[in-house]
Amino acid sequence: MISIMNTFGIWLAAFFTLCIFSFLYKDNPFYKFAEQVFVGLSAAYWLVYIIYSIMVPNLFAKLADDFSGNIILLIPAALGLMMLMRIHPKTQWVSRYPIAIMVGTTAGISMLRYMKSDILQQLTATMINPFAAATTAEVIGNLLMIIGTICGVYFFYFSKKQEGVSKAVSKVGIWFLMVSFGATFGYTVMARISLLIGRLDFLLGDWLHLIK
Amino acid sequence: MRKTLLCLLFSILISLLMANTFSAEDSPWDDGKSIDLNWELSPMVKKVEICRQNGDEPVRILVTCTDATGSFRDNELQPNNEYHYQLKAYFEDDDLTLRASAQTREQWFYMGKLGFLILLLLLCAAIIYYIQAARHGKEFFIRRIAGLDSMEEAIGRATEKGKPILYVPGISDLDDIQTIASLTILSHLAERAAEYDTEIIVPCRFSMVLSAAKEVVREAYIKVGRLDAYKPDNIFYLTDDQFGFVAGIDGIMLRRKPAANFFMGSFYAESLILAETGFATGAIQTAGTAQAHQLPFFVVTCDYTLIGEELFAASAYLSKDPQQLGSLKGHDFGKLLIILLIIVGVILEIMGISNLKEFIVGAIS
Repeated sequence: MISIMNTFGIWLAAFFTLCIFSFLYKDNPFYKFAEQVFVGLSAAYWLVYIIYSIMVPNLFAKLADDFSGNIILLIPAALGLMMLMRIHPKTQWVSRYPIAIMVGTTAGISMLRYMKSDILQQLTATMINPFAAATTAEVIGNLLMIIGTICGVYFFYFSKKQEGVSKAVSKVGIWFLMVSFGATFGYTVMARISLLIGRLDFLLGDWLHLIK
Repeated sequence: MRKTLLCLLFSILISLLMANTFSAEDSPWDDGKSIDLNWELSPMVKKVEICRQNGDEPVRILVTCTDATGSFRDNELQPNNEYHYQLKAYFEDDDLTLRASAQTREQWFYMGKLGFLILLLLLCAAIIYYIQAARHGKEFFIRRIAGLDSMEEAIGRATEKGKPILYVPGISDLDDIQTIASLTILSHLAERAAEYDTEIIVPCRFSMVLSAAKEVVREAYIKVGRLDAYKPDNIFYLTDDQFGFVAGIDGIMLRRKPAANFFMGSFYAESLILAETGFATGAIQTAGTAQAHQLPFFVVTCDYTLIGEELFAASAYLSKDPQQLGSLKGHDFGKLLIILLIIVGVILEIMGISNLKEFIVGAIS
């Protein structure tokens, strides 16, 4: 029975993979079918997942086990219920409060987190003696890093018109950014190719047994 | 014989003069997670071993050395807990055990992070100053952001063609600052769409984003007095699944063929799938994200791309809201400060002075 189900699963996965690949030709009923099954299934899956993996263990089970010890959980529960007030047009306004709390809290927490990771850590990583390196290539690398960082930051300076020296510095900044984008592009494309290889491996190996 | 006696006498004298001490004290000006241990032993000591004994926890050896005098900071402790330490000193023909205890205490200020506080206060002060100045009518210059020119153009094109605009507010929840910035841009875009009577479609991945997006678009339609044209069904939930969400949007792009696509917010591996499908449909596309790894895909597939900070600047630029403009000016002050600190820091490092760097490193350690 397990074997039959396993084989059925492989055939089903192969069918849907081919349905999605058929989009390479053009939009067609097979692709539409696969797309809509995917969207519908994933929505249902996440609903069940959220109920059983998030709400039940983190809220209902804790409140049922020790209500007084976990009374603080009533706050997020209340905020969640307030969100549900959107269903009725007359109580829609209530849902603005949990949204406001969420946005405000996020902004506050993110400010410190990004200040540390995106500003201070990069700042100290750039504060180096560029000439304290073993080889000439490293010295050039250090100098490029410092120049690139300064010009890159300056590119995002919006209070001055980009003309004269300002334009030149911004230009250098965008060049550095574009070179880094190019490198990232190549790196990510390689990762995507490995995903394609994984799918082809499934089709030719698990499904058709053409490769071992 | 006489030499040995002298040596013995000398050792006894030193031992008497130098009492063996071991102390444990709560580290000052910290977050209550460390204790400072100090010891001063006779120079005759051969080996020093310090361990932590805490209730039923297994004994943990913290230090093993041969230093007669030294100090050690025991980190990663629990605040407001009592900790017991034991020092074992091994001499030539004897050993000595000393004990000390201390309680970790949380202080109001963590002095190590003073640099963080100073920089944060400077930035906040600049932002507040510029916001106040903007509110009092001071006009600030903000340079044109190329990607934003596309907005009017895209809406105009959608209106001419009688086709909708697709707006994707990223795939992150409201706890991502990019989603919040994206919703501000959506507000402006929805206003324009309402003015031109162009349909705007907003698929959402999370319930919180859906609620906020509905609210934002509705407010925009009210603002321009076109509430009758507001279609709440055009702002809808698709699925929580990352690729399920993208598959759904691809379907919308292929079948409803929007004239303009906007991808603003946080995007991950799905960015190329989205933007490439949009490109294939012939829509005018504008993207904006601060996800550095996804920007290259948007740059190659979209007509206009808002790179990183431009996404956050865009909302201020579009709205001309004094609060947002002031905030943007404050950010610009921060950028100049960063450039200045880098230049000064590099010069000091070349001169062999590391005080500034250490001050900032202390703030993030």
